[in-house]
Amino acid sequence: MNLEKVIFGFFIVLALTLNFGFFIGDFDNPAHHNVYELFAAIVINLIATVLKFGDRTQMGAVLLATSLVADLQLIIAAIVWGYAEHVSHIGMNPAIMGSIVSLSGGALLANITSVVLLIIETVNLRR
Amino acid sequence: MNQVIFLILRRMRAPLVALIVVYAISILGLVLIPGTDAEGNPWRMDFFHAFYFVSYMATTIGFGEIPYTFNEAQRMWTVIAVYLTVVGWLYAIGKILALMQSAAFKQAVVEQAFARGVRHMTEPFYIVCGYGDTGSLLVKSMVQRNMRAVVVDVDADRINELELEDLDLYVPGLCADASLSLTLNEAGLKSRHCVGVVALTDSDAVNLKIAITTKLLHPGIKVICRAETHDAEANMVSFGTDRVINPYDTFAHRLALALHSPGTHLIYEWLTGVPESELPVPLYPPHGTWVLCGYGRFGKAVKENLDKEGVETVIVEIDPEGTGCGDLCVVGRGTEAETLMSAGIEQAAGIVAGTDDDANNLSIVMTAAHLNPDLFMVARQNKRDNDEIFGAALLDLVMQRSEIIARDILALLTTPLLDRFLRLILKESNEWANEQVSRLSAVTGEVVPDVWSFHIDDEDAPAVMEVMHDGERVALGDLLRNPRQREEWLECIPLLLSRRNHETFLFPGNHLTLEPGDEILFSGKGWMMERMKWSLQNLNALRYVQTGEQHASGHLWRLLAGHRVDS
Repeated sequence: MNLEKVIFGFFIVLALTLNFGFFIGDFDNPAHHNVYELFAAIVINLIATVLKFGDRTQMGAVLLATSLVADLQLIIAAIVWGYAEHVSHIGMNPAIMGSIVSLSGGALLANITSVVLLIIETVNLRR
Repeated sequence: MNQVIFLILRRMRAPLVALIVVYAISILGLVLIPGTDAEGNPWRMDFFHAFYFVSYMATTIGFGEIPYTFNEAQRMWTVIAVYLTVVGWLYAIGKILALMQSAAFKQAVVEQAFARGVRHMTEPFYIVCGYGDTGSLLVKSMVQRNMRAVVVDVDADRINELELEDLDLYVPGLCADASLSLTLNEAGLKSRHCVGVVALTDSDAVNLKIAITTKLLHPGIKVICRAETHDAEANMVSFGTDRVINPYDTFAHRLALALHSPGTHLIYEWLTGVPESELPVPLYPPHGTWVLCGYGRFGKAVKENLDKEGVETVIVEIDPEGTGCGDLCVVGRGTEAETLMSAGIEQAAGIVAGTDDDANNLSIVMTAAHLNPDLFMVARQNKRDNDEIFGAALLDLVMQRSEIIARDILALLTTPLLDRFLRLILKESNEWANEQVSRLSAVTGEVVPDVWSFHIDDEDAPAVMEVMHDGERVALGDLLRNPRQREEWLECIPLLLSRRNHETFLFPGNHLTLEPGDEILFSGKGWMMERMKWSLQNLNALRYVQTGEQHASGHLWRLLAGHRVDS
């Protein structure tokens, strides 16, 4: 067993589960989408991205790309949230919540791709 | 390809994760701790303000407690967060700085710059492996002749020397083991612009490996190798190395040539020197007995060559058994007067100080000059650094190994025709050579002449081909006229003309009719080549040098002019 692989897998799967946790619930109902969960998803996604740095294989490159996509989507979702709450003073409403959740849904797809790739790589490793 | 970026990313993993974690903890702490707003109502910091606060706190910019004054709990957390984040930043920056300083990173940066330099070579270039005395001299002369080179050497100091050298063209240098195919690939072996590899390292094994690698990975390009033993030489020749140069043999051969055919030697020197440098003067070594100090690999080769020329030699050697000269030699170093006296220095015509120690060689010739001031003195110079003292010793001839080898290789690289020419003149007599020297000196002036060659074909000489196509003859002499003023002759002379059927003409005369496929070697002042190109490429210029008539240039005018002549 390789400790590095454990940590690597842990963060990638955790990024997916947190992202999923935020995404699940009524699409535009602010009560179903917790800000702490979005924060945790962003932090774990960033860590997962950094862990993928410096891998020169083709698989490593694709994994890094999916992570970067997820980061981008989640950070944009956070910016939308912050803009709505503090800059525009509209406050949270279903339309804004909808766009935040759909952004995090995109990130969820990227994270799923990431995990699928990880599983494929693991299956190919016959030991 | 982006090795540097990957290296940075890989090393930056831990510091970046640490930064993300301390930021996350600090932000989360601020969000969770209850606070109060300006009116004293309970208030919780949101993520937006927390991120804003931590961003300026962590970088120690410090805008104050925003948006409301903090309570004690928040301040306590801020103290912890300051230390966490500031230490996190210091750790990350320290890591980056350490990475920049690390040898692996520097190596990666240098290699990347080298690879870029090689990739951007869009002209034919040679890979020179080994940048010692010979290599550096060769590269310098190549640059003088506008040939591109890439240098590989295993010694970092030598690559540094290359960087300090003030060369007119950019010569990328890599510090790596040239015996690895990876290194040669990096140096552009597989590039379509790579036209040859010159292996000049000190080790025969490495040179052999370079030659084999080149022959396998890029068949068809020129490979020139240096080999110190005849074994290695035979080995290299066996798989088609284009030329193997044995420094001792080449050196001894040239010395024998200098002693007994000074005219031929002079042509050699003139045509293979660095262009625009001072022209070597002719030498007239006396006939008689020669004293040869040192009977190592070099001494043996010299003796063999001198024997071939029928010159009597007396050998002086400190270690007769080890070198195998038996009872035939005078035992001694040659630096002492007694040894030289017993070798008969007072009656000798000349002396060759040929040991592998420069100080001893100088000492030998100085002592000998004292005993017999009329001696013709030849010394072997092993190290290029000693140029100055050998120059000051006022010797008749200094044989510097690296220089001779570099010149030989340069002759091979400049144009294959020059190498053929130099082999052909070896068969001629010294008197013949002297006559050619006087002809050459008429066009060269005071400096080493340039050497160039071209083919009579559609690419090099379209005008000549067109005239021939019309069924008219072009004489070699036509090309030697100045296309600005045909009564004047260009200051250059044809050295060799090679026909398609392998017929060759040494110093061909002006009346010789050119044929398609001819290749001609010229020597003279560099800019004469440009003048000559006019006649070769421009039909009007060629017509002018041939007949003295100024012809109409356009198609229409040519047609009209043709009509007038017909009617």
